[in-house]
Amino acid sequence: MGLFDKFERIEQSLDTLKQYSESFFNVVLQEIISSTEAVINGKRTILAGTNNYLGMPHRRECIEAACQAIQEHGTGTTGSRMANGTYAIHVELEKELSRFLHKNHTIIFTTGYSANLAVLSTLVGPKDIVILDADCHASIYDGCRLGGVQVYRFRHNNVEDLEKRLKRLATKDTNILIAVEGLYSMLGDRAPLKEIVELKKEYNAYLLVDEAHSLGVLGRNGRGLAEEQDVEDDVDFVIGTFSKSLGSVGGYCSSNHHKLELLRYASRPYVFTASSSPANIAAARKALEIIEKEPQLRTRLWENANLLYSRLKDLSFTIGPAPSPIIPVRFKEIPKAFAAWNGLLENGVYVNMVLPPATPDGTALLRCSLSAAHSLEQVEKIAQAFETIRHLA
Amino acid sequence: MKADPKTLSTIIDILREHVTTEVDIHSTTNLEADLSIDSLKSMEILAAVEDAFDISIPINVLSEVQTVEDLALQIDKLLKEQE
Repeated sequence: MGLFDKFERIEQSLDTLKQYSESFFNVVLQEIISSTEAVINGKRTILAGTNNYLGMPHRRECIEAACQAIQEHGTGTTGSRMANGTYAIHVELEKELSRFLHKNHTIIFTTGYSANLAVLSTLVGPKDIVILDADCHASIYDGCRLGGVQVYRFRHNNVEDLEKRLKRLATKDTNILIAVEGLYSMLGDRAPLKEIVELKKEYNAYLLVDEAHSLGVLGRNGRGLAEEQDVEDDVDFVIGTFSKSLGSVGGYCSSNHHKLELLRYASRPYVFTASSSPANIAAARKALEIIEKEPQLRTRLWENANLLYSRLKDLSFTIGPAPSPIIPVRFKEIPKAFAAWNGLLENGVYVNMVLPPATPDGTALLRCSLSAAHSLEQVEKIAQAFETIRHLA
Repeated sequence: MKADPKTLSTIIDILREHVTTEVDIHSTTNLEADLSIDSLKSMEILAAVEDAFDISIPINVLSEVQTVEDLALQIDKLLKEQE
């Protein structure tokens, strides 16, 4: 058996999918015009699937901060945080995130993926238990796998299912960490955090919330779902990313736990990775400053989200349970989903195509994500493009 | 080592409820190859098995499970640990 023989099933699936769309696996953004537009297949296209919730990648202030950081600090750090890769700007960003999130400690990581990998692989081990929402991101699963912790899943957003597991596992006399997300990346729905916090307290468990999609999106000040549901003090570990609302690359873990700092010395994905580039750090710092100063960005984002949600609902598409900057449009048949995705692209709109098993309920999803940078006219154009493929749903 | 016949029979009953393929299910049936159980379906089946035996199954053990008998052996092991 050859090294690549185990990928035979993937190869077969790719061949099948290529029948529906040759371009699906080769989408290239040939020219980036703005946070909401690019040239794809030679055509000016509205981007409605980029997780670019606040339009930060093209904010003049963020670009200038990143350029200045390159001038002052160079293009890369060439070292790990534990060696030569800790610059003053890394430390400053950690302090700023702690202040913003109302937590005592923050550790930043080179990507959002590595934040979950680093924290979960180190914080919990083979003698501990993680109970996670079945729809959690792959980085949460992978972090657990790397650390060898015993992992139990509960049905997505099902508090009764979580309690059933807590009841059974509480007798084991070990540490239990519950892991959930603020806003789920595929369906755009929120975790029932208030109820989960009640259970965490009742069963003396720890709670980790990944706010990757909710930072800057939810809460009065943009601190995420925990702020929105007024349970921030009950969340033990907040994970987040710079690559969505902050328009940069990187991740963080914030906590009030006085020993969080020890993770720096024990976490291999932290110790053995080059630290974030100065440009990424500077862009994230500036974006965080803007989030604090401009709450109207969040208002704008939600206006756009509500508008598209209501337009798609009026068109009778099967969409997510509630308005959200992430709007999944369900298609039962994969060939029709591909035809719809191609149709949207031909009409100048790019959305994400998500196929089983990556989708939570086995259907194909055309996943839209809105941005504060979308104009109302662009949102209307997205809705009109969906109207042209309505017959395929 | 053989699984407890009662465990085996309960699991087979659950699989019959959840699987649409017309395959005769027995101890050596391969869950993925014979029954086409994908990750989504496996979540539902595992939850049903957990409820039937009133246990919680860590997903870590699934990498060792290929056949119905493998799953039954893991359940027996978890039930024994619980005693």
